Amino acid sequence: MPNLDVEALLHRMEQDLSKRIESGALHDPLMVGIHTGGVWVAERLHAALGLTEPLGKLSIAFYRDDFTHIGLHPQVSPSSLPFDVEGRNVILVDDVLYTGRTIRAAMNELFDFGRPASVVLAVLCDRPGRELPIQADLAGETFMLDQHEQIVLHGPSPLTLTIEQRASEE
Amino acid sequence: MAVVFVRPKIPKLARDPWALQFDSEGRLKHLLTIEGLGPDWVTRILDTAESFLSVTGREVKKVPLLRGRTVVNLFFESSTRTRTTFELAAKRLSADVLNLNISTSAATKGESLLDTLRNIEAMQADMFVVRHAASGAAHFIARHVEPHVSVLNAGDGRHAHPTQALLDVFTIRKIKGDFTGLRVAIVGDVLHSRVARSQIHALNTLNTGEVRVIAPRTLLPAQVEKLGVRVFHDMREGLRDVDVIIMLRLQRERMEGALLPTEDEFFRLYGLTPEKLAWAKPDAIVMHPGPANRGVEIDSEVADGPQSVILQQVSNGIAVRMAVMSLCMGGREE
Repeated sequence: MPNLDVEALLHRMEQDLSKRIESGALHDPLMVGIHTGGVWVAERLHAALGLTEPLGKLSIAFYRDDFTHIGLHPQVSPSSLPFDVEGRNVILVDDVLYTGRTIRAAMNELFDFGRPASVVLAVLCDRPGRELPIQADLAGETFMLDQHEQIVLHGPSPLTLTIEQRASEE
Repeated sequence: MAVVFVRPKIPKLARDPWALQFDSEGRLKHLLTIEGLGPDWVTRILDTAESFLSVTGREVKKVPLLRGRTVVNLFFESSTRTRTTFELAAKRLSADVLNLNISTSAATKGESLLDTLRNIEAMQADMFVVRHAASGAAHFIARHVEPHVSVLNAGDGRHAHPTQALLDVFTIRKIKGDFTGLRVAIVGDVLHSRVARSQIHALNTLNTGEVRVIAPRTLLPAQVEKLGVRVFHDMREGLRDVDVIIMLRLQRERMEGALLPTEDEFFRLYGLTPEKLAWAKPDAIVMHPGPANRGVEIDSEVADGPQSVILQQVSNGIAVRMAVMSLCMGGREE
């Protein structure tokens, strides 16, 4: 049974990140969360790591590759990166990494704000099933799920993980 | 222009004429008029525009939403502001844009509207932005285009100019918030104004407390009160307790016969001067769809004054047009 304890997963991510920061591998990083779940996770990590610069938030609605199929999401919360990403080390945070499409869209958007020196991908849940050559640098936990299952982060307070049956595809 | 109707003439359709704006799944496909959108769609467009506003502030003022799509600006009537903001909106969504100024090309060589359309469709256009001097032109085009093409009305005769009305209510919402407690006065040449008609529909759709029109009798359409407005002929009375003043351009080029004594007379009675502005609420905002005739309907001191939001209207226009374009073109393929 995989670990569904969000606090434990967050702790593992925080340990990993602070090790990288202390060793100098990740110098003076900025943190950017992906709406909505990624922002919740990023808020917790941002506080735990004591990062001083504000948290960035990316909304990938305008960068999705399925726009021609599903259209715009009705409530798009705008992206806000209250800093200059040019030449900085960025920790990109999301709740679940699965196909990799969200991360591709997020990186495209990130680069429209400037050219970071490096991007590290940190996810709470890693789930095999990639459709693109994208991997997480660190993950809270890896989940092996059936096709008809999905892992969902509920929040923002408290954060809980559940494994749910996917609504059948229309 | 041969035929001029006092009231908007909408082509007769077997079913609800506004239904044409939606596809079989109820998604917005064309934007031809505010009528039939209802508060949910108007609000959705404004909310989407709100998120596009943030794109304007970044280093790359572009998102890849409409990459690979082609937007054709089909202008049968000249326009600078509307065409350029549509063009900029399409470019910020990464679409390719083609500007066709038909008044100076094929139409004068005798090509029919449908032939022009077929030719542009053959260039694989995905969206037509249409401005035409005849009321109902955008409807006509929407009924005849290929099923994958969206049509946006950028002004048809005296009938409608929906994106202008949407950017106006967007601007009002950003400054004033809720509409239910607002008094909005539309001043001037309502008779010739497609903008006024669309504004009245948009304001009433959003449940505005009171929509007023202030104009001489000769510049009001017959039975204008049926659109859901209170009619005033006197500025002092009409501007009392008003939160938003929308000045209309005096459309001299559309006037036939003696609708006005002189422009000086019009300015004296209806031109918005600092003195007249003082009759409205102290925090009233002043809007104008542009281009403004300074010294005819609006005094320069007001147009450039602290209560004027005319330039904000222009920049909001880009975000609103991005919203309409992406809502009409998204979720189409299956």
